[in-house]
Amino acid sequence: MSAVLPSPMKVGLSRTGLEVRQFFREREQLIFTFFFPIVFLGIFSAVFSGTDFAGGVNAATYFTPGMIASGIFLTSFQSLSITIAMERDEGLLKRLRGTPMSPQSYFVGKIGLVLVTSVLQFGLLLAIAGLLLGVDIPSEPSKWLHFLWIFVLGTASGSVLGIAFSVVPKSGKAASAVVTPVVLLLQFISGVYFVYSSLPAWMRTVAEIFPLKWLAQGMRSVFLPAGFEANEPGGSWQLGLGAIMLSVWLVVGLVVAQRVFRWTRRDAG
Amino acid sequence: MGSDEAVRVRGLVKRYPNKVAVDGVDLDIHRGEVFALLGPNGAGKTTTVEILEGYRRADQGEIRVLGVDPARGDRVWRSRLGIVAQTSRDEAELSVAELVHHFAGYYPNPRDPDEVIASVGLTEKRRTRTRKLSGGQRRRLDVALGMVGNPELLFLDEPTTGFDPEARRQFWTLIENLRTAGTTILVTTHYLDEAEHLADRVGVIADGRMVEVATPEALGGRGARTARVSWLSADGMREIRTDEPTAEVARLMAQYGGSEVPELEVRRPSLEDIYLELIGAVAAAPELEGAAR
Repeated sequence: MSAVLPSPMKVGLSRTGLEVRQFFREREQLIFTFFFPIVFLGIFSAVFSGTDFAGGVNAATYFTPGMIASGIFLTSFQSLSITIAMERDEGLLKRLRGTPMSPQSYFVGKIGLVLVTSVLQFGLLLAIAGLLLGVDIPSEPSKWLHFLWIFVLGTASGSVLGIAFSVVPKSGKAASAVVTPVVLLLQFISGVYFVYSSLPAWMRTVAEIFPLKWLAQGMRSVFLPAGFEANEPGGSWQLGLGAIMLSVWLVVGLVVAQRVFRWTRRDAG
Repeated sequence: MGSDEAVRVRGLVKRYPNKVAVDGVDLDIHRGEVFALLGPNGAGKTTTVEILEGYRRADQGEIRVLGVDPARGDRVWRSRLGIVAQTSRDEAELSVAELVHHFAGYYPNPRDPDEVIASVGLTEKRRTRTRKLSGGQRRRLDVALGMVGNPELLFLDEPTTGFDPEARRQFWTLIENLRTAGTTILVTTHYLDEAEHLADRVGVIADGRMVEVATPEALGGRGARTARVSWLSADGMREIRTDEPTAEVARLMAQYGGSEVPELEVRRPSLEDIYLELIGAVAAAPELEGAAR
């Protein structure tokens, strides 16, 4: 009997389809990962509608890049760390390990899920910001080129870190409770919900260690008008440093994820 | 000759930090048979099975599953196995049909997914999301996912725990059909009637050791099925073990002069009695065993 196994890529794409379907059927994921940044963009634009953030930038314009960055972090880091922790606890990972499915296929499915959800979420954020909130959407190709690498580095580092962090919650039930506060804290200190330059210096120093700050700053460089970087703490967008920081997190996440990832629960011996 | 064995294990040992879970188990499972592994909780059943499935590494021993050492089992080897684990709560938002069709895509020669769904009796539930299935339906879905790859060897870990009697009967029919189709099946169970009904051979594992391997009828050896004749004598309850219970009853009748023998009972031990005796013998003498080594 000749046994020709289906290719890992083909199975991976099939898993992507399944993952996406499942994502949009889970209410909790949909609300707290997918729609959260969109809702917050609406709220912040309304609350600070009269505020001028220097250089004629209004609240909607200032918070749009932050919410895009935040959304990327949610659809990659938060989504993966919670779902993988639950899949491990509920026995899906063990079940998959018992089939001829290649581990690569599983991760292709997860990467596919992150790409589909983050692109959809970004499109929705952009449409709401541009069409409803009157935010100027950049048209220069150079800015979109910047956007592309920041988006790719952001989703990639968020994904590998999410895979690594999925081993931290002790059970599937605890996953949301363990992951969400971490994400929320990072959002607060990384300038997603506040004007970054208005945060205390020590808080910014802490934020500079983590990837979300660099992701948010990179997105501001794309969506805020030229010259606004004068209001940033360093007086510049720090794109070079941001690229380095995100790349370091990507490599660290990749190494750690490979070392700590497991198919069975910790108590499974 | 070797290819007749679906599973061949010699001297399997697995140690955990504070106990020896499996202590020198030998096991042969022939191709095409249903083999039931019995034993109390913590006896080493699940550990043994998970080593055969490649989930855990043995500390010692020679293990061949479909001719391959599970520690070195590759994807082709996995495609020849079907595994139905003990618990499952996963994939709540996907439907029966979505899952069975998807899992079929993992295998080189899968069964037809719709036929598999029909054979486990879930055709009416094919569009139902798994979180809405009952416990028995969920378990049948697990079996569907285990058999859709057309495995040569199927592992079933306590498949009917929590089933009502009707659901268990249906489940047994499903397993019998798989056996008829030529699938080798290793089933672990707590239920003696399940083992008796399904298994060609039974292995009893207790305290990490294989106590006995036999057909359900022969378990416990020749003496185990000896009839017991008991009655209330003048000195209290008496019990006699005999191979000729009819003669014993005739003798009693003569002794009581044809009148009623008080509380007369003739019985043969059930598989459950024999099983309890087998594992009881181990549980009662752990000190002795330790000293003997």
